[in-house]
Parts: sequence; C-alpha cells; structure tokens
Amino acid sequence: MTDRDHELTLRQRLSGLSRLPLLRGVRVDGEADRLRAQLVRLNADTTDETIWHSVELARHVDRPYTMDYVARMLDDWVELHGDRGRADDGALVTGLAQLDGRTVVLLGHQKGRDVKERLDRQFGMAYPEGYHKAMRVMEIAERFGFPVISLIDTPGAYPGVAAEQHGQGGAIARSQAEMARLTVPTVACVIGEGGSGGAVAIAVADRVLMQENAIYSVITPEGCAAILWRDAGEAKKAAAAFKPDALHCLELGVIDGVVAEPAGGAQLDHDEAARLLKAALVESLEELEDTPGEELRRRRRAKFRGMGVFA
Amino acid sequence: MSEARIDVQVEHKHAPPPVEKKHPNTCPKCGSHYRDDELEQTLWVCGHCGHHFPMRARARIDWYADDGSFLEEATEVRSDDPLDFFDLRPYAERLAEAELNTGLGEAVVIGQATIGGHPVELAVMDFSFMGGSMGSAVGEKFSRACDSAIDRGVPLVSVTSSGGARMQEGILSLMQLPKTVCAVEDLHDARLPMLTVMAHPTTAGVLASFASLGDVTIAEPGALIAFTGPRVVQQTTRERLPDDFGLAEQNLRFGHLDAILPRSEQLEHLSRLLRLFA
Repeated sequence: MTDRDHELTLRQRLSGLSRLPLLRGVRVDGEADRLRAQLVRLNADTTDETIWHSVELARHVDRPYTMDYVARMLDDWVELHGDRGRADDGALVTGLAQLDGRTVVLLGHQKGRDVKERLDRQFGMAYPEGYHKAMRVMEIAERFGFPVISLIDTPGAYPGVAAEQHGQGGAIARSQAEMARLTVPTVACVIGEGGSGGAVAIAVADRVLMQENAIYSVITPEGCAAILWRDAGEAKKAAAAFKPDALHCLELGVIDGVVAEPAGGAQLDHDEAARLLKAALVESLEELEDTPGEELRRRRRAKFRGMGVFA
Repeated sequence: MSEARIDVQVEHKHAPPPVEKKHPNTCPKCGSHYRDDELEQTLWVCGHCGHHFPMRARARIDWYADDGSFLEEATEVRSDDPLDFFDLRPYAERLAEAELNTGLGEAVVIGQATIGGHPVELAVMDFSFMGGSMGSAVGEKFSRACDSAIDRGVPLVSVTSSGGARMQEGILSLMQLPKTVCAVEDLHDARLPMLTVMAHPTTAGVLASFASLGDVTIAEPGALIAFTGPRVVQQTTRERLPDDFGLAEQNLRFGHLDAILPRSEQLEHLSRLLRLFA
C-alpha cells in the first residue's frame, strides 16, 4: 500500500467515524478531532513516538482497571468466583450486575494496585482456570439471555508450568469458541493492554471497542523485539512496526470503534473515563438488542471470518 | 588496515562454543544418519530410536491421501504485507524467500482427498514455511478448508505444525485465532467432525485456536505442544521445568490429547475414526 492509499483509507475511516452512531454518546466530534490530530501526527512521520506513548499510557500504573469501572459504571455488582473445577483465578474477574437498568454478565482482566494484589492477580495474566471461569459465566448469560460485557486488560495469558499443564492453549481456544456460539449481545472493550491470546480469548464479541490509549497486539513489544530483533531493548521499534494503537486497529478493521478518554489519558480522571466507557457500552448494546440471537451469532462469525488481508 | 585490526580472540574467549550444525538427515537424538530415500521409506522416522523428523506437507499428503485422490484448493491465496513490516529484513522478502525455498505458497496446504476410501478435506501445515506461522493467508486457507468440508459434507483432517501467529502481520495475525475458531464452529454446526494430528511443534496461536478444537486429537511422539514454549516459561517465571515440559507425553498425561501415535500407526487410526464418524 502506498502512502497515498494509506492516507486515503485513514481519511475514509475517519469520515465513517464521524457518522458512526456508536460514538454519538461519547461526543463524536471531539473524538474525530482527536483522531484527526493523530492523523496529522501520523503524516508527520512520528509514528514511533505516538505509538510508544499509547503503549506507556496503556500500561500506566494509575490507569483504571476493570474493578474501577465496575464500581463506577455498574449497580448491584455480585462477583462470581471459581471455575467449578480447580480454582478461582483473580486475574480474570466475572460477575453479574446492572448496566443502565439491564442485567449483564461482566468479564474482565484485573491487574493489581499494590504489590500484594499484583502478585495475587498475577499482573492480570490469567491461568486456564480464569478462562474456564469466564466460560462458565458465559453459559449463565446464554441461559438467561443476559448480554456479555468484556473488559480486556492483560499483558497475555500466564506463561507458567502449571498453566501449561492445565491446558492454557486449549482454554483460550475454547473460550473463543464459546463466545462464537453465544446468541446474546456481546460487547468487548480493550481498556489497557490487549495482549495476544490471553486478550482475544474474551474478545470474540459483536462489537469490539478500544479506548483511545489502549493497545491490542499479537505479542508484547518486548517479546516481538526479542524474537525479531534479538534484543528486547528494541521494543519501541517493534511497537512502531506492528502498530498496536487504537487508530491502526480501527484502520485494519479489527475493532468497531474507539472510545474517547479524558484529555491526557484515563489515568487522570477515572470518573470521566468510566462515564465515557459506560456511554459507549450502552450505545453498543442498544444497537444490538433488537437483533435476534441467531442473527447476532451469524453476523459475529461473519465479521471475524472476514478479518485479515491477503493477496 | 593492519594496525586497526582488533584482537577478536580476546572478545570471544568467553563465548559459548559454536553449536555444531547437524545435517537435517542426522537424528538429533541418536546421531544416526540417513540418505533421503531411506528417510522417505520410513516416513521420516529414525529406524534406530524412533525419533520423528519433521515431515513436509506434500509428503504427508502423499502418504495420507489415497493414490491420486488429492485435489488441492485455494492455491492462489498468498500473504500480503498490510503493515509494510520491516524488522531486520522486510516481510515481503522473507515471504518470497520462503516460497522459493519450500515450493509452497503458504504454510498450509488444503484440498480434497480420500483416506482409506473415505472422502475428507485435508489441511496440512508445513513448518518449513516461516516456522508454520499463521498469518492472514493461513487463516483464510484453513477457513476455506472448513467451508469445503461443509459444502461436501465430509470430515476435516487437520495436521498442525506451527510456531504460532505470524508477528509480521501484527494484530491481523492475532485475529486469525477467532477467525479459524469461527470456521471450526461452522463445521461443528454442520455436524461434521474435525480430526487433528499435532506434529512437532504445535504452539502459541495455533494451539490457542483451531488446533485445540478437534473432536479427536492425536499427537506425534516427542512433539512440543505448548501455548508458551519452555524457553520463555523459564525466562519469565524462573521455574524449574519438568523434563518432559510441554511435550506430547506430558499433554497426554494431563488429559489434553486422545493418543500419541507413531507415524506407522496413524493412517490405520485415522481410517478407523473416519469409519466410526461416517
């Protein structure tokens, strides 16, 4: 793709964005302006810095995590624990709650705030047990017709001996398959790091959104640099090459919309970030709620089956 | 020129001794060496110790499929370079090189065939094409194999061998996980079985998607089957790894496989399963 074509697609995407009903509730004009500013920066060929800035904000220690949004967006929160087989994985929280007057099932990765909580929650890296728990709770959603809201914020699935022995790969595959089978509306949003298989395991949704400064990628920048550049220190270069930022994901058709954050990033104003996210989630659900379940499933699969660029 | 010469002896004093590069026909386990035609006759299995050498996709198809029954599909699908990806070398160059070296258009070959008289769809991965990594083209070809199986109402036999998602396609390669999962779900909705053979190695993105969704899953002896490989687990967690960490044998013990079968027994096993599912 030449630079000219690239810019053209980006502009087309942008013009599409300003008409996107999905983002009406989150001040589409402000959003489009910000994206336009990003476009200017892209043109100015400072992509390395812009993208790396997103990586830093996505991992910011003060960035709101799933439970911060739960407290601000949802009513009547009841957390559900355990996979009914082996354990309760703190890196992936699940529960029932009210979102704007309807009962929803919530799934979300949870990092920790202090050292102890970080260790307890494995820095948001789930074991297979976490995905088993997610699947069990998805079954509740399917049985009772509750929409599924999924918040994604993980560096990746946990890379450990026990995780492998308990079937990490299979758990991630089956969690995606479960999401591909649901006949209830599903909305996912990447709220920080969307790291690889651990993220996509709970992201096979009718609407996939990303917060403005979130990242979504096949591997961490450090991991990619270690493999392709043989030097984890080249993370910045790697990030610039595989473009994990929201705008590029939108451009590639991987996500359906970008959710605005407070100016300067979600870490600066948790309340405002939660208000914007809630509006986007409700808006997405309202779009989906009149569609029959079978049709939702058909369209969801068609969407994911259309992903990819090949010759 | 000669004054500026650096004494490289000193710099390399503590470097590990260079790894002796073994000939691909030398068994890494017992050191036995074979001619090409000898390996071909034994299905690339070491006659002394039973080590399974990597098997190319075309060779496996020739072996699995009844004589002359294989009809390849989606031969025109090739990878693109949507990110203009450039690491130490351009992705486009790596692709061209892989095609030249392997004679394959991508890391998976799909098509119609019969096995023991049973009509099937085959999707066979080839590790020698960029480590069998899954980018958009591999995802598309695997999905088309599911569709072709559905169109003809036949089972899908899938052979996996892959290092995972193809990083050079960034997020699009990650999206091949849900894409192939959705394709398998469509196959299952049509009540058609998928039989999976995991060859060495079946890891990361491929294990975390279609490879794990087979109705029956068998593996080759000694195959590495892991979401995260031993080196990365060791580096990240500093855990002491069990001797058979991530190998097919461990996966069988923990309940992730139905069987481990040497190549000599695979064809009979597949035929029996196809009879049962027919």
